[in-house]
Amino acid sequence: MKNKTLLSLVIRWAILVIVLIAIYLPIALIVVYSFSEVRDLGGEYGSFSFNLYTKLFKNKELMQATANTLIIGLTSAFLATVLGTVSAIGIHYMTKMRKTVDTASQITVVNAEIVTAMGFYLLFIFMRDVLKISFNLGLGWLILAHTVITTPYVILSVSPRLKQLNPNLLEASMDLGASPMRSLITVMLPQLAGAMISGFALAFTLSLDDFVVTSINGGNTYTISTFVYNHIRRSGVLPEVRALSTIIFLVVLIVMIVVNVIKNRKLKSENK
Amino acid sequence: MKKAKVFRPTAFAFPYLAVTLVFVIVPLILVTVYAFRGQDGSFTFENFKYVFTEAAYRNSLFKTVGIAALATLLCLLVAYPVAYVLASAPFNKMAVLALLFVIPMWMNFVLRIVALKSVFTAIGLKPSFLTGVLGLVYDFLPYMLLPIYTVLSNMDKSYIEASRDLGASDFSTFWKVTFPLSFPGIISGISMVFMPIFSAYAVTGLLADPGTTVIGRGIEILFGLREYGAGSALSFILLLLVFLVMFLSSLLSKRTNKTAKGGNRQ
Repeated sequence: MKNKTLLSLVIRWAILVIVLIAIYLPIALIVVYSFSEVRDLGGEYGSFSFNLYTKLFKNKELMQATANTLIIGLTSAFLATVLGTVSAIGIHYMTKMRKTVDTASQITVVNAEIVTAMGFYLLFIFMRDVLKISFNLGLGWLILAHTVITTPYVILSVSPRLKQLNPNLLEASMDLGASPMRSLITVMLPQLAGAMISGFALAFTLSLDDFVVTSINGGNTYTISTFVYNHIRRSGVLPEVRALSTIIFLVVLIVMIVVNVIKNRKLKSENK
Repeated sequence: MKKAKVFRPTAFAFPYLAVTLVFVIVPLILVTVYAFRGQDGSFTFENFKYVFTEAAYRNSLFKTVGIAALATLLCLLVAYPVAYVLASAPFNKMAVLALLFVIPMWMNFVLRIVALKSVFTAIGLKPSFLTGVLGLVYDFLPYMLLPIYTVLSNMDKSYIEASRDLGASDFSTFWKVTFPLSFPGIISGISMVFMPIFSAYAVTGLLADPGTTVIGRGIEILFGLREYGAGSALSFILLLLVFLVMFLSSLLSKRTNKTAKGGNRQ
């Protein structure tokens, strides 16, 4: 009996470890080879150096793409958080229209991304050719598109929290003479802060990760995703991408660790 | 008695509704209009005829369904055991372990695929159908894993205990109790992987041979050639597929809910 449970434990560990290795092996190799200047992985390592990192910071196109990624990500996540929170509050108080609005807000979430991307592109064509509103594809259009795509996720993250709120608090505030607007800002908004932050984080990562919408609506504006994709398709490899991947992976890792430490502390202090 | 004025700021949703109307609804209408509009502006099925007679687009559409089905199945075969183990004792006490499986999701997927590409190059795997599918599995695995893991770890363990107490073996407990109860997770996992693969041409473009691509690439090419009609027709077909998949998954989850709650099997 004991042998059987031990065997099952070993098998279960093995499943986890094998899949973890498959997931992390490519990333680990990239990190290791980011300190080597060789063109391809696997062969000779050459000497340890930070050359790829200096090359990365000197690569103007890649730096521009990184800057674009951050500008689009931060701006659209900020706009999506404001728009999403405000409309989540509005939707929360709706009665008849609610179902329609909920469905409408989920269209871009369930739709195939390529169709969403082409929809934006056709809107651009339509505005240019039929409505004669002329503008260029690029940063502004991408910020707009990313805001539209990520707002539903902010709503999805804020709405459940709104349902948990105690409505008496808001009423108490208004009974005590605060205007509805003031009650919303000083009583409701602070209680939504957590959900807004996770909505912002979700919107930001979705924007950073986006490829299809950005590729089709970017014109000559490239983000990390589209620049790296196009460069590798054209010329095979770009060694300094290894340095960029390493930096991004480390940032993700640190953020995840910090977030979890804070979460655990909160849980512990709540349990006390 | 004076009725208390109820505070109902429904107008707060109006800006977003306007945005949705202009940037979500209008584009979908445009896709539909362009799909059914001929060169001269009249109503026509020519665009659909074109994408179904042109072998490249027709084959790509069918191949995409096959690639998506295969990659989704492989995702399920890898994700289910992992989710099952993570949700079981003693692993369910190790929160960090589950986190490790989803951390890569937060890293840019093009960079992850490029990393995978360099591993394939290093071990001598040439771009092929296989490498393309493996890349899709690598990219989408967390999206399959998360919903299944959530369902399995929130499952009421008393069902499993009851099955054991009544003398069922480990295997039949899994097959007749745990597995059916995890259906909602499987369904939402499948819907988070299957349709998105249709747009994931960045993955096949970087990893697979030129012959292996998903239909998203075909649509991109058509728009690049300014063939807005044919491109919209293909997009419209995808739109119908999205509705079909949503309809099927809501049907399936309704049915599994029924059997899970009422247990009214024949």
